[in-house]
Amino acid sequence: MRKEILELLETDSKLTPYQIATMLGMDKSKVEKEIETMEEEGIILQYSTLINWEKVGNEQVSALIDVKVIPQRGVGFDDIAERIYRFPEVRSVMLMSGSYDLSVEVTGRNIKEVAQFVAQKLATLEHVQSTVTHFVLKRYKQHGVILDKKEKDRRQVISP
Amino acid sequence: MNVKKANRISPLVKNLPPSGIRKFFDLVANTKGVISLGVGEPDFVTPWHIREACFYSLEQGYTMYTSNWGLPELRKEISKFLYERYGLGYNPENEIVVTVGASEAVDLALRTIIMPGDEVIIPEPTYVSYKPCAVLAGAEPVTVQTSYENEFKLKEEDLNEKINSRTKALILCYPNNPTGAIMEKEDLEGIARIAVQNDLIVISDEIYSELTYKGSHVSIASFPGMRERTIVINGFSKAWAMTGWRIGFAAGPRDIIEEMVKIHQYTILCAPVMGQMAALEALKNGSEEVEKMVTQYNQRRRFVVSKLREMGLECFEPKGAFYVFPSIKSTGMSSEEFAEELLKKEKVAVVPGSAFGRSGEGHIRISYAASLKNLTKALDRMANFLDSLNKNIVDRVMEN
Ligand SMILES: Cc1ncc(COP(=O)(O)O)c(C=O)c1O
Repeated sequence: MRKEILELLETDSKLTPYQIATMLGMDKSKVEKEIETMEEEGIILQYSTLINWEKVGNEQVSALIDVKVIPQRGVGFDDIAERIYRFPEVRSVMLMSGSYDLSVEVTGRNIKEVAQFVAQKLATLEHVQSTVTHFVLKRYKQHGVILDKKEKDRRQVISP
Repeated sequence: MNVKKANRISPLVKNLPPSGIRKFFDLVANTKGVISLGVGEPDFVTPWHIREACFYSLEQGYTMYTSNWGLPELRKEISKFLYERYGLGYNPENEIVVTVGASEAVDLALRTIIMPGDEVIIPEPTYVSYKPCAVLAGAEPVTVQTSYENEFKLKEEDLNEKINSRTKALILCYPNNPTGAIMEKEDLEGIARIAVQNDLIVISDEIYSELTYKGSHVSIASFPGMRERTIVINGFSKAWAMTGWRIGFAAGPRDIIEEMVKIHQYTILCAPVMGQMAALEALKNGSEEVEKMVTQYNQRRRFVVSKLREMGLECFEPKGAFYVFPSIKSTGMSSEEFAEELLKKEKVAVVPGSAFGRSGEGHIRISYAASLKNLTKALDRMANFLDSLNKNIVDRVMEN
C-alpha cells in the first residue's frame, strides 16, 4: 500500500488523498493516515515541483564536482559529506564508487560564482584532496522526466 | 464513353452503412479545444525498447517479405504467450497466422467459414467491424442484445433464442469494446456448452485480454470441446500500445487456419516485417511495460467510475479494456443528443453508445486511455454539463 501511494505521489504530488484513495480502491481516511505517518517517519520529505528553468530564461548555472577526500581516523565520509552539504550552494551530495568519492552538485548565478565556491570553500576543506569541476551545459531528462518532450498526442480525436 | 454509374458499385458494399462514428468524428475534428475521451487506442506511445528493436532490425536489413504465416520466431513466441497466459496450446507451424492487425484476422476468419446464407450471431453493443465484415463475407448477421442489468455479458437464454439450423458462428468480444465488460469462467461455461451442442464456430476477438483488472482473462477456447471450433484473435495494438504497427494474429485448429492463410496469402501476402520484428521484441521483453500501463489504466478506471457515480450517472464496474459505459438515461436524452450537446457546451468528446448497436442506446462510451489530467478536466466539465441539465429541468418544473 505504501509503495503504491508513494509511486503516485512521486509522479504527481498535487494528488489529494481522496484522489489517491479512489485510484487505488482504498479508504480515504486510511490513505490520509498513511501519508501522515510517512511524513512523520521522514519517508516523504517534501512536495516539490519539477521546473524547466531554462524556459524561464533563468541563467543559473550548475556544476557536478568530483571530490576526492582523505578520510581519517574519527572523520569518515559521512562527516566530510556533512561539512559539504551544509553549504546552501550545494544541491546534492552523493558518495560514489570508483575513481572519486563524493559527487557534489553546486548551483550559482554564473560560472564565476560556482568557480569561486569550489576554489574558496570546497577545495580548501580539510580532508578534501582534489576536485574536478564539470559544468552542466544542457539538461535533457531529470527525475525520469524528459524536459523537452517531442512526443505529443498524435491520435485521431475519435476512433472505434 | 458513357459510364453506367448506377452499376459501378456492388450493392453489398453500397448498402453497408457508414461507420456511426464517422459523422461524430467530423463534428469533433471541427471543434477547437476539445478534450477527447472518444479514442479507442492507448494514449501511451509504443514502449521505447520495442521501437528501438525496430530501428535495429532495419539496420540489419529486415525489409523483405516473410513467410505467409509470419516470422517463425514470432509465431513461436505467440504460441508460448497463449500457453503461458491462457493455457492454450497451438502449434506455431500450422495453427497460428500473423495478420495485419486483429482486424484482418476477423475478416479472414469470416471469409473462410461463411457460405451464402449462413447466420453469424453478434452480441451487441460491440466493436463496429464485425457486422460489415460478416455481410461482406456473405453472411447474415444476427445481433443479440446484452444489457446493463447483466453487465453486458452474453446470457445463455438470449443466445439460444437466436440459434437455428443456419447459425454458423458466434463472434465474441471480451473484454468488450465499448462496455469494458468481461466474461468470467462461469459466464463462458454455458456459452461454450451451447456452441458445442449446436456445432458453432466461435470467433473470439481477445484483443483486450491483457487489460483486465479483476482476475486474469479466460479464453473460451480453453473449455472442453472448444479448441477445435474456436478461432482466437488477438494482437499487439492495445496491451503493447502498438496500434499503428498493424500486427495481430489468429490461432485455431489447423484445418481452419490453413484455409485462412490461403486468403491471406493471395490478398496480403504477409504482415509487414518491421511490425513483426517489433512484435517479437514486445513478446520477448515487453511484459514489464505492459504491467506498468495496466496499473495506470486500472487507477484511471477506478477514478473515472467513482467520478461518474458522484455525478449521479449509473455505471457498472467495467473489468476490462479501457472503456467505461455509463447510462445517461436519467437525462432523458438519446446518446447521440447527449454526446453532441456535451461537445457543444463543454467541449468534451465521448462516443454515443448507439454507434455500437441498439442496446448501446442510452449509454456513452468513455475511454480512459487519456492522461489523468485530461480525465480530471473532462469529467469536471461533464459534471458541469449535468448540473446545467438538472438546473434546466428544475427551472422548467418551477415555471409550470
Ligand atoms: C474489439 C476490437 N477488435 C479489434 C480492433 C482492431 O485491432 P487491430 O488494431 O489489431 O486491427 C479493435 C480496435 O479498436 C477493437 O476494439
